This record gives sequence, C-alpha cells and structure tokens, in this order.
Amino acid sequence: MTNHYYDAADLGKFGSIGEYQKDLADKFFAWYGAAFADSALSAKEKSLIALAVAHAVQCPYCIDAYSSDAYEKGWNEAQMMEAVHIAAAIKGGAALVHGVQMMNKVKEIAM
Amino acid sequence: MKSLKAQGNILADAHEQLDILEHGVNHDDAFRLVPFQQKLEAIGLFPLKPVAIDVFQVNIGKMCNQVCRHCHVDAGPDRKEIMTRKTMYQCLEVLQKDVSFKTVDLTGGAPEMNPDFRWFVEEIRKLGKHIIVRCNLTIILANKKYHDLPLFFKQHAIEVVSSLPYFTRNRTDRQRGDGVFEDSIKALQMLNEVGYGKENSGLLLNLVYNPAGAFLPPSQANLEKEYKEALMKEYGISFNNLFAITNLPISRYLDYLLQSGNYEKYMEKLITAFNPSAAANVMCRNTLSVGWDGFMYDCDFNQMLDLKIDAPGKHIAAYQAADIKNRSIVLNQHCYGCTAGAGSSCGGAVTT
Ligand code: SF4
Ligand code: SF4
Repeated sequence: MTNHYYDAADLGKFGSIGEYQKDLADKFFAWYGAAFADSALSAKEKSLIALAVAHAVQCPYCIDAYSSDAYEKGWNEAQMMEAVHIAAAIKGGAALVHGVQMMNKVKEIAM
Repeated sequence: MKSLKAQGNILADAHEQLDILEHGVNHDDAFRLVPFQQKLEAIGLFPLKPVAIDVFQVNIGKMCNQVCRHCHVDAGPDRKEIMTRKTMYQCLEVLQKDVSFKTVDLTGGAPEMNPDFRWFVEEIRKLGKHIIVRCNLTIILANKKYHDLPLFFKQHAIEVVSSLPYFTRNRTDRQRGDGVFEDSIKALQMLNEVGYGKENSGLLLNLVYNPAGAFLPPSQANLEKEYKEALMKEYGISFNNLFAITNLPISRYLDYLLQSGNYEKYMEKLITAFNPSAAANVMCRNTLSVGWDGFMYDCDFNQMLDLKIDAPGKHIAAYQAADIKNRSIVLNQHCYGCTAGAGSSCGGAVTT
C-alpha cells in the first residue's frame, strides 16, 4: 500500500469504480455523461463550471481533468483563472457570511 | 527556430523516432504500449487493406516560410528537398492512366514554394482532377510573387485547405510563430475577396484546427461554429468547413512532447481514446502519398517516418495499380493518432 492519499495515476482508474458495485457505477457514468453533454448549456460552458466546482470541492483529480478539458475546449488561461476566483470568492463569502451567525450569537450572550 | 535537421537533432532521423515510438525514451519496461497492430487484430482490421483509393497526395517539397512547433514534416526555410519536374511527369503519367484517382492533394512544406508548382497544377487540371492545395496562408503575403495566389487558385478551381490552429492570436502564434496569426487573417481576407469561402461561389476554403499543446481536439462541429462566429465578428471572414485534426507524435511534435515531459501521457491518452469506427476510416485506406523524391507511402506520416509502401515497386516510376490496391498498409505506434476519439485525417474527424 502506498503511503499517500492522492496518486495522479488513480484518475485513470476511475472507470474501474464499478468493480465493487457495477449497477450504481453504470448509472453514475450514464448520468454524468448526460449532465455534461451539449444541452441548454454547451459542453464547453459546463467544462468551465466543472473547473470552478473542482476547486471549490478541492478535488485534485477533478482539477487535473477539468484543467485539461477546459483548455482543450478552448477556454484560455485568464478565463480559467477567473473561474477559479469565482469558486474562491464563493468559498470565501460562504465562510464569511457565517460571521453573521457568530455576531448573532455573541450579541445574544453578551451583556 | 530551425528544423530538427538543421539543429542536428537526433529526431531528424526517422529510425530514432520509430525507436522512441516503439520502446519509449529509455527502453523502460514500464513504458510498454499495446502494439497498434494488436488493437486492429482485436477488431478484425488487421492486416489493414485499402478501400477505394481516390486521393493522390503529393508532397512537392519540404521548404516552407514557417517553422511551426508541431510540424510533422520538419519543414522550414532551411529545407531544400523539392520535387523535380521529372518526378512530376511521372506522377502525371500515373494520374492519366489511373482514373480511380479523383483528387490530387498538394502539400509541403509550402507547396507554392516549389518553382514548378503552377505548372504542375495546370497539368493536373488538364487531366480533370480536383485539386486541393494545403496553403499555410502566410505564404500569400511572404513575397510579392505570391500575392496573386488567391486568383491563381480561383482560376483552377482549387480547394484551399489552410491551418489556423485557433481564432485567437496567442494560441496560433505560440504554435506557428510570432506574427503568423495576423498574416493568416490578412490572407484569409484576400481569399474571401476573390470569392473563397463565400456562399454559392463554389470556391472551397476549409480551415484546419489542431491542438496547440498536448491534448486532443474537442468536437469538430462545435469548434466550427465557434470559429465561424469569431472570425466573422472580429474580422469579417467566412469559410466553408473546419477540420479538427489530432497531432501525431512524430517529428517536431514528438520533440515538443519529449521536451515538455508530455510524451508518455500523450501516448496513453491516444490509446485510451482508441475508437474502432475511427480505425475503420483512417485516411490511408483511400490515399496514396508520394514523397518529394517520388517514393510512395500509405500516408504523409509514414512518409515522414520513411515507412515506404509494402509493394514490389516503391517508386512512382514503378507504379502498378494492382499492387497498390492489394497491398497491406504499414502501421506503427504513431497510428494511434489517427484512431483517437472522433479520429483524424487530412479531412478532419472521421466519425461524428
Ligand atoms: S506545419 Fe505547415 S506551415 Fe508549419 S512549418 Fe510545417 S509545413 Fe510549414
Ligand atoms: S498514420 Fe498513416 S498509416 Fe497509420 S493509421 Fe494514420 S493514415 Fe494510416
């Protein structure tokens, strides 16, 4: 067993996730494929969203996959970095907005 | 930038390239790729045989005014290999005798730099063949003597196929050299002016997208839509079709893959994306490719790897239709580039 949690080569093995539960994996991949297909949003737009979300959920596999995919689909470096900033801004905002809860609590207990 | 040959780079030698393609850089056991032949055997396509051969592709010289980073020909201003009129006569003789060839696809380098280019075009037209010229666009502006090329193309109803790696300056110039994007735009406007790429003009102007980096092309149809919108909006340019092609791991693109540490990952990517229906439609099945020195190959890529045709006569002077039609196509690991994803040929994706 390797002594680290993330290995870049594991991304290529994602397809084998069905080994332990084929039905659910098949359903996941079918749904995943459909979700990313051209539809109300283009596959290109979805790729940039996926890149931002990959940063928000901090998944190194998804960051790898969607950095390549978004660039392949024609987004440029500046556009990709702006998407990452949006993910970061939402994450930062999401943390900060809880500050209101903190303030509420403090006001509740303070004299 | 110089050609690999002028740099004295070992990759200028086709055998070195084949060795890397088959055994990896360090002959490392970990780098053992499934042989392409095995993949074809598994789907009943080996030996790979031609179908109706109707395209006669001729590389009339390696000389080029550009030195693109991905060039599989290793072309450039320092390359002097050029087809002679004698070899052209031999090609014309075959084209005259063998009526199955409907299209003559002229490529290079910059084919227009061959001093006999215009003469050759006129002779081929006399035989009633459809002509494609792979024009790199900037050649039209490179020198006064080429400024009238759009008109010349028009006079001979030539189909113009031109590479424009992307509709933005940055990606195009990184692959093809500084200033190439701007000159390409000007050349496209000149072609539009004489009617190329305009509806109902009958003058076909097709563009070629190939990835500026170590990745595969996205959907050809979507890309064509984006190119058309962007080029029209920004520069008022129209064109007919966009061909999205995959870079094959040979010559200067192989050098780029090795230098950037992307070689193994790229090969794995090509193999993972192997598509049996693309394999059934590879361009070598309907093409004969002739080199500047008259030797015959299954395709332009085999030509650059010096993999000559598997037939008794290997030179155009010894052309025998029956041998060409019954031959087996020579395959190697670079062929994975033609069968990945939607597939890739000179005419773009081979499946939708
Ligand atoms: S890719 Fe085409 S234009 Fe570029 S150097 Fe090669 S032959 Fe010339
Ligand atoms: S590289 Fe040439 S021989 Fe190989 S599959 Fe492609 S066209 Fe055919």
